[in-house]
Amino acid sequence: MNDTKVPDSSLVRDYLDGNENALGALIDRHQHRIYSFIYSKVFDKDISEDIFQDTFIKVIRTLKRGKYNEEGKFLPWVMRIAHNLVIDHFRRNKRMPKFDNNGDFNIFSVLSDEGLNAEKQLIKDQIESDVQELIKELPEDQLEVLTMRIYKDMSFKEISERTGVSINTALGRMRYALINLRKIIEKRNLILTN
Amino acid sequence: MGKLYFKKTSNEEKSDRRRPKPETVQFLLNYSRALRVVDHKKMKFETFLN
Repeated sequence: MNDTKVPDSSLVRDYLDGNENALGALIDRHQHRIYSFIYSKVFDKDISEDIFQDTFIKVIRTLKRGKYNEEGKFLPWVMRIAHNLVIDHFRRNKRMPKFDNNGDFNIFSVLSDEGLNAEKQLIKDQIESDVQELIKELPEDQLEVLTMRIYKDMSFKEISERTGVSINTALGRMRYALINLRKIIEKRNLILTN
Repeated sequence: MGKLYFKKTSNEEKSDRRRPKPETVQFLLNYSRALRVVDHKKMKFETFLN
């Protein structure tokens, strides 16, 4: 069934008329967006699951009580409910864990800063900007594949679909992009290590 | 060689993870089927059919 042609408002109407499958279609259509929105705020799968469930329980109860009056704007309405429930969650969990460092045990002996120090971060940023300049010298087709693979994290299957070439051609272009990049670096006597 | 790339990419896997569990969706559908709202004068009563 190609349900993308059926507007949300029709599915809501069907659901209000007693068609339970319409709710399934609405959840199926919007679950990814709503769940991703919740997850992007709470960063916890179990909590996201709970908030998603509470969101739709509220949706179902409101619809069945006949209190829904935003026909045509189903998704924004559900997103607003999810948003409010996320806020409720954070209000409930306002307490932050606190570490007092006045005993024998030093918390910083087990907590370390994994990040780079300021100097290494500067070098890393410089290398990244150098590489971004260098890749501009690659032929257009190689640059395209390299950008999609490295910067957009696309698979070779996705790259081949996007560029309209076979996977093997995309792989070949990536290989030549790296070979050419090494040549450019050698030619310029660059050292790109941290 | 191309066949190696037909398995799910990390992005697709991530995308799968960004969905509620099927059990959650099933629970909601069952909840919806079980819930009845009964109007009585100006009041609404929720009942659950098991």
